[in-house]
Amino acid sequence: MKSDIVLAGVGGQGILSIAATIGMAAVDNNLYLKQAEVHGMSQRGGDVQSHLRLSSQPIASDLIPKGKADIILSVEPMESLRYLPFLSKKGWLVTNTTPFVNIPEYPDMDKVIAEIQNQPNHIAIDADKIAGEVGNRRASNIVMLGAASPFIDIAYDALEEGIRKIFNRKGEKIVEVNLKALRAGKQATEEAIAHMN
Amino acid sequence: MQKLLLLGDEAIAQGAIDAGLSGVYAYPGTPSTEITEYIQGSKIARERNIHSQWSANEKTAMETALGMSYAGKRAMTCMKHVGLNVAADAFINAAITGVNGGLVVVVADDPSMHSSQNEQDSRVYGKFAMISILEPHNQQEAYDMAYNAFELSEKYALPVMIRITTRLAHSRAGVIRKPMLDENKSSLPKDPTQFVLLPAFARRNYKHLLSTRPDLEMVSTESPYNWLMDGHDKSLGIVACGIAYNYLMENFQDRDLNHPVLKLSQYPMPRRDINHLIEECDEILVLEDGYPVIEELLKGYQEAGTPIHGRLDGTLPRDGELNPNIVAAAFNLPVEEGAPVPDMVKSRPPAMCKGCGHIDAYRALNIALEEYGPGRVFADIGCYTLGALPPYNAINSCVDMGASITMAKGAADAGLHPSVAVIGDSTFTHSGMTGLLDAVSEKTPITVIISDNFTTGMTGGQDSQALGHLENIIKGIGVEPEHIRVFKPTAANLDEMVEIMREELDYNGVSVIIPRRQCIQTLRNKSLVHKVKELGL
Ligand SMILES: Cc1ncc(C[n+]2csc(CCOP(=O)(O)OP(=O)(O)O)c2C)c(N)n1
Ligand code: SF4
Repeated sequence: MKSDIVLAGVGGQGILSIAATIGMAAVDNNLYLKQAEVHGMSQRGGDVQSHLRLSSQPIASDLIPKGKADIILSVEPMESLRYLPFLSKKGWLVTNTTPFVNIPEYPDMDKVIAEIQNQPNHIAIDADKIAGEVGNRRASNIVMLGAASPFIDIAYDALEEGIRKIFNRKGEKIVEVNLKALRAGKQATEEAIAHMN
Repeated sequence: MQKLLLLGDEAIAQGAIDAGLSGVYAYPGTPSTEITEYIQGSKIARERNIHSQWSANEKTAMETALGMSYAGKRAMTCMKHVGLNVAADAFINAAITGVNGGLVVVVADDPSMHSSQNEQDSRVYGKFAMISILEPHNQQEAYDMAYNAFELSEKYALPVMIRITTRLAHSRAGVIRKPMLDENKSSLPKDPTQFVLLPAFARRNYKHLLSTRPDLEMVSTESPYNWLMDGHDKSLGIVACGIAYNYLMENFQDRDLNHPVLKLSQYPMPRRDINHLIEECDEILVLEDGYPVIEELLKGYQEAGTPIHGRLDGTLPRDGELNPNIVAAAFNLPVEEGAPVPDMVKSRPPAMCKGCGHIDAYRALNIALEEYGPGRVFADIGCYTLGALPPYNAINSCVDMGASITMAKGAADAGLHPSVAVIGDSTFTHSGMTGLLDAVSEKTPITVIISDNFTTGMTGGQDSQALGHLENIIKGIGVEPEHIRVFKPTAANLDEMVEIMREELDYNGVSVIIPRRQCIQTLRNKSLVHKVKELGL
């Protein structure tokens, strides 16, 4: 088993929580894991990315080679496109559609969405809206993790367990919201796939 | 034992704790910061009372660690690559004094300059100091090396350097711990002159340092971190240093790697293995992240002999971080790149946070300087360096920590008036104070703006040594109290700020302006908020 995931977003959008949750699930399942994060400068509203690699075999490189990622998991639509060179031919682009506009020349949203839909395998959902519906817009990152979960080779229960462990110290309420967010994201992808078939 | 999921930085921290560390001394700097932060947050470290408070700068950190080593305990000092420039005097001389308790110097380099001014390679410094250098290729090795480095340091009574790069520092993987060792008991150096570098003693010590070369080389040859892998295709031999080894192996996951490989993670170079590789192979390829240090050594000055490939002959790019694709290109392997990045994707440069006090200070400064024209603001390193970008375009230099005040002085000496320095509180106590003394001694007409946000913002909000001391330090250095001006930078105060700046820009001597407001990213740090309140700031 191997899953190579490029996590993408803007500083402060919570991609490291996604990584931590998957990481926790991977360790509990005795998988090998490498996760390269970006710290420092790029956290001030800059673009951030993380390469997350899971495998049943030892992993050599901390960075995913171009064309080898199984998933681009992005919490921001324009950011999802920044890492296309990494996506394999059979890989999935899974992205939030709510933009994070903090630059003057942010592209026209219709064009961004068209470009996403242009990709052979894509899931585009409004994670901010879904997160709002389950009770906390800030859980949009976990909605996106849920949306990507059908493509990650880890049991869904293990991800739930990961959420419990990662958010435990923030209290039961936050754990519950994030579990709901995870489920809602997964459902959104399942519906989208049902639609395709 | 359960695997811990650790950053390379954290693996080093845990390895050091488990090896019986008694103190870590450091000044924050990406990508090294998380080493010390991990120890600060560690329960065992707290129980053992392991020292982990931040130092004022890298030089004080290095020297304090050396002092702890003098007293027989195991000490570690951590910094980013440019921090070693600041600590270089102490570092080079620590190799001459040697150590008593184990002393480990961890330096995190930043090839590709993800958050730095340059991409200098600390292995050059390690070679300069003539000590052992360990360069882990993964997180487990980072842990193991930190765990074993203290013993190595004590065995040869020399500091040991651990060199990592951003990628390993900030990448997480599973790590298995070893049994925890006790801390050393205090003990004085056996020879009371060991640390006294008077020329007579220094010459003796230096000869001793030189005499350890064969031993350190032998340790490298026998090192579990260096290994030779045989291969039947001797047309090429590969030297893969530290993390570059991972990129090599990544490309040969599903292909046979038929060439001999020397995986190199401990220096000085193991001569026996290198000679073996050169003798049996027609050509050599050197993969190393950072400068072509090993490549240059192998190449020497003469172009004759075994052809050496790497960064110097264009097989690999001369600058920047390596990655699996760059290494693939060196072997002419195909890369199945995905779709190109669409043109519509725009860059998102980092920016100061909305509501940051630096922004208000720059707004006022830009207005106050309008009448004099551009080109007179020497800034420093911190979040306020982002004031170089639009819409502020407020600063004209950023060189090294502390350089704002001294460059402003030099420019003022050359006749530039007004000449302005912009520096943060943490950078000021790191290395701005001495430059201010130079200016005060000569009453050089400069205006120094210390944008005080009570923290070391750029690196994630670590404690600032300036907190509660700033005015006293400035007065103590000799700045006239009436030319020390403090205010709160807010949009509402704009006119007042501009007025104060105009007055001080006009003054023919040293003035210090302190726009003071807490970094908004630290507002949830309860202990800092409490301290600020207690100090009445
Ligand atoms: C010699 C050296 N050490 C450390 C760093 C990393 N570094 C860059 S900015 C900074 C902190 C600046 O703090 P401060 O001056 O208070 O400004 P702020 O970021 O809070 O605005 C540090 C530690 C560096 N660039 N050079
Ligand atoms: S982190 Fe603090 S100092 Fe840095 S830009 Fe943000 S508010 Fe300003």
